[in-house]
Amino acid sequence: MVNYNNNNFSKRTDFALILLYVMMVAVGILCIFMVEYNPNLNWSNSFLIAKTNYSKQIYFAIFCAFIAIFILLIDSKVFTALSNVLYILGLLLMLATFVLGKDINGSKSWIPIAGGFNLQPAELCKIFTALILAKFISKPETDFSKLKSHLIAGAMITIPAILSVMQHELGLALVYSAFIFAMYREGLPTIILVVLLSFAILVIATLVLDTAVLSIIITVIAGLFIINLIKKFKRNKNSILVIISIWAICFGTIKYIVPYMFNNIFECYQSTRIYSMMGKEYDCSQNVKSFNKTTINKKAARKPDDYNVKQSKIAIGSGGFWGRGFLKGTQTRGKYVPAQHTDFIFTSLGEAFGFVGTFTFLGLYLFFLFRLIRIAERQRSTFSRVYAYSVVGIFFFHIAVNISMCIGLFPVVGIPLPLISYGGSSLLTFTVLVFILLRLDADRQMVLR
Amino acid sequence: MSVYNQNRGGIIQIIIGIIFTILIVQLISLQIFSSKYKLAADNNAIYIKIIYPDRGIIYDRRKKTMLENTISYDLVVIPNEAKGVDTNMLCQILKIDKATYSKRIIEAIIKNTRVKASAFEPFLSAETYAQLNENLYRFPGFTLSERSIRSYPYNTAAHVLGYVAEVDVNFLQKHAAEGYEMGDYAGMTGLERFYEPILMGQRGVTRFLRDNKGKIQGAYEKGIYDTLAIAGRNIFTSMDVEVQQLAEKLLQHKIGSAVAINPKTGGIIAMASSPGYNPNLLTGNQRRKTIGRLLLDTARAIYNRAIKGQYPPGSTFKPLGALIALDEGLITPAYGYNCRGSYGACGDPRKCEHHNPGHAANLQLALAYSCNSYFLQVFRMAIDNPKYHNPKKGYLKWKEYMNAFGFGKKLGVDLPSENRANIPDTAQYNRDFGGAKYWNSCYMLTLGIGQDRMTATPLQLANAMAYLANSGFYYTPHFVDSIENENEEDKVMLEKYRTKIEVTKIAKQYFDVIKEGMHDVTVIGTGAFIKVPGHDFCAKTGTAQNPHGKNHSLFVCFAPKENPTIAVAVVVENAGYGSTWAGPIAGLMMEKYLNDTLTTESKLKAENLSNVDLMPAAIKSWYVRNNKTEMLTPIEYNNDELADVWDMEMLSEISPAKAVMDTLKKIDTLPATPPSEPLPTKKVNKETAIDPLQKKKKVTAKKDGKL
Repeated sequence: MVNYNNNNFSKRTDFALILLYVMMVAVGILCIFMVEYNPNLNWSNSFLIAKTNYSKQIYFAIFCAFIAIFILLIDSKVFTALSNVLYILGLLLMLATFVLGKDINGSKSWIPIAGGFNLQPAELCKIFTALILAKFISKPETDFSKLKSHLIAGAMITIPAILSVMQHELGLALVYSAFIFAMYREGLPTIILVVLLSFAILVIATLVLDTAVLSIIITVIAGLFIINLIKKFKRNKNSILVIISIWAICFGTIKYIVPYMFNNIFECYQSTRIYSMMGKEYDCSQNVKSFNKTTINKKAARKPDDYNVKQSKIAIGSGGFWGRGFLKGTQTRGKYVPAQHTDFIFTSLGEAFGFVGTFTFLGLYLFFLFRLIRIAERQRSTFSRVYAYSVVGIFFFHIAVNISMCIGLFPVVGIPLPLISYGGSSLLTFTVLVFILLRLDADRQMVLR
Repeated sequence: MSVYNQNRGGIIQIIIGIIFTILIVQLISLQIFSSKYKLAADNNAIYIKIIYPDRGIIYDRRKKTMLENTISYDLVVIPNEAKGVDTNMLCQILKIDKATYSKRIIEAIIKNTRVKASAFEPFLSAETYAQLNENLYRFPGFTLSERSIRSYPYNTAAHVLGYVAEVDVNFLQKHAAEGYEMGDYAGMTGLERFYEPILMGQRGVTRFLRDNKGKIQGAYEKGIYDTLAIAGRNIFTSMDVEVQQLAEKLLQHKIGSAVAINPKTGGIIAMASSPGYNPNLLTGNQRRKTIGRLLLDTARAIYNRAIKGQYPPGSTFKPLGALIALDEGLITPAYGYNCRGSYGACGDPRKCEHHNPGHAANLQLALAYSCNSYFLQVFRMAIDNPKYHNPKKGYLKWKEYMNAFGFGKKLGVDLPSENRANIPDTAQYNRDFGGAKYWNSCYMLTLGIGQDRMTATPLQLANAMAYLANSGFYYTPHFVDSIENENEEDKVMLEKYRTKIEVTKIAKQYFDVIKEGMHDVTVIGTGAFIKVPGHDFCAKTGTAQNPHGKNHSLFVCFAPKENPTIAVAVVVENAGYGSTWAGPIAGLMMEKYLNDTLTTESKLKAENLSNVDLMPAAIKSWYVRNNKTEMLTPIEYNNDELADVWDMEMLSEISPAKAVMDTLKKIDTLPATPPSEPLPTKKVNKETAIDPLQKKKKVTAKKDGKL
């Protein structure tokens, strides 16, 4: 179909993206090194022995490099062909964790594999979900302007998300919402985004403002709309009905849905984290789950404080404009930020290199994302484009949530910073995501199905 | 497939851009516009250790060490490392039980966490230290840590040297700019307070990096922000330890004070205040217990009577009164007064101790026999001086002289909280007698014999003697002769102690007359039986009436008569005649200073004198009562504040004459106790009245242990 030789292949591969990828991984290793650095140890030696996290991360990176090359050598049609199988395989693996799962940090989402390494199927499932979503949307019989297709696509995304929630990996579950980007690009009506956004704003407003005050505000707004309509002599019954029903839904959300979410869906600690972000205290006795737990364990649910976020903000804030200098951050050296080599890796960067460092770093990420979008837009085949936007969504969601969490704009959820945070599974997932895209991009002239 | 919805790629880019902008705005606010995070990070991670330098040493005039540092050891424990400790043995050495052991470990954890060292037992005795040191390997996690404490090798001059104590909140507020911190020690009284900046030296600061568990990681930034500790500088005083010890010994079991000054320099040789205390009890672990006892002591053992006690000078004032009249040209040395045992020129006759005619035939004789009538007359002449036409102006002139002699003002000795005592102002008399018109020299007649409202501190009395000895000048009395490595700043500070103060241009021949008169006191007069072997000396006795009971016994003197090198003032409260008690004390002090030793005879005399008990009965019974009821609970006071309270009390003692008379009527049986506790003392009086003799021995024994 396509004239396929090495020369062309290397020409079509997007080396700018590869360069960005390599830079990110290098920055990640540097950050982990800053966290782990111990002046009493000879670091040049410890780089080689896989005992410290940074040396492990180097080995992970080397392994990922092999995987990346391997992916680039596969025929791109494999991805379309295997997407269904892989998705089902991923779901099976996730189900397997409930049997084989190993308990790490309170979530049973890891499957132990040879050599002391553990695999997190939920991470891999992101890739498979991206592939099957691309496959589904790119099918000729799919008309993505229809609600039915939206529901099917939604189900594909929701199933692994629910499985993640069941594994107590809320962060990973939230990541699946990132596929909205891809779906939106492919024709998901804007109204759905608007509704979702309004809902989010309403939830936040409920947390910030008093329920009574918010109810009054909403009623006043609804009233103003109606008065406006009456003034314009458009006594359209339907539009008044619409306004009233929207008002009713808003009121219901404030009064019932939000409290229900916090008391019945979230765990006590999650509600507390969200509340503490808003500077409020959450009363755990209202939480159904904590109530069950306490009655069973006869142990009061511990009230988690905002120690993590506080220390994280101190670390980033103390960096100032120019930073405290490489290896000179006291917060990092004193190990004040918990989980600093994984979820809070951004703090070591912020402390050592200050605003200059964080700004440059965010610029690099932005460049990376825009490059991904550019690649996405130049695809001829829908499959590649949907997949590319899925990658954009996943990356963007991770970056935004992780950094917001570090600087106190978002409650603490366990989401790693792509390509930077320590962790083999995470690095591998993002590598595979990027390199599959590179492989597809290399064949962008070809229409894949 | 056709590519539609292309504009949505742009929308996605915009969304991403907006979110990134929000992130950057928050980063700007965190990293650029808030400084609190940097502080919070430093608070977290930088552990500042302060290194205390050794305090300066205080020497006497022969370079004997009066106040130095010794090392005391604390037993320190790091609870986390205290595993496999031979608790039996440790408890045995420290003489505690196992319950106490576990309690202290828990206290240490609460106070300083598991990983940091905290004191398990402070201020170990030498014996305990040796035992622990030998067996330290049995007690993992325990270490012996040095700390420097103050030590007074001669157990003397407690009031002068003062003490150091941990600073409290009040102190920190008062000395906010001087860089003290909670837990620091600072001089609180005496020379320790006055020369605090010199004795303290400069504290060193070392910064360490610590981790989230409080463990020290190493030096912060390789120590570039650290400063070195600089040891405090030594101080050389004019004191003589042996004279000081002698003075304190002689004042034992008495309430009073003795001050000796070298007139040639103004350097204070000795300054004793009794009752005193053992300064070593205010260092180390006895401090808490002792300070409480001392502060509650009704005899005010901690109070330096030499600079704060206010006594009517009595007859010791007479030489000065004469000097004023001579200088004003009102009398000549040949002036005589026909005294027949009383002075009646102002109506109500004032008694004189002598009746034989001619005992006041001239100034010299009048001084020798201390004729009251003579000096009352001389005083009236000074006030009613025809030169000024008005007794008020005359009085003001007289007061000017007195102030010039160093009375009624702070001399500026290098000790904190000196008292100015009192030379009354005309305003006070105007108030008392209802206006300037209504009084004349008769109304405050007894000022002429050092009574009425005139009061002076023993230091002022001694200084006046130095002034007479020098025939017209004195140096501000002081302790410190020089400071080690004296710099410009120190020189400026010490300048005032090195400047001769020539107060009034009084002709030398007048001084000679006064000196002759005072010499006669020691030959034929009131102090004739007091001798200093090998030296002629000049003196004046004083027996001052006071509202607190028996007369105060006073004695002022200087020696040798030609070329004096020591001027002494001694006050013994409620003891009786000046020549009986204060005189011999002053004599022995002069002998010790001038001859370096005491003759065998004098030694015996000193021994006897030191055993005489002149404590007022009320104070003695207070001790008995308090030992019984154990009221001496240690309470921490702010020492500075307390000093102020005492000043206030002393001022109330010199309240208007009428008020004094009123109190006298009320408490005519009340001996010299502080006015703060009038009620209990009264009760006690009754108690002791029943069997004072029975308790006396017991009391003395207990007092010895205490003082």
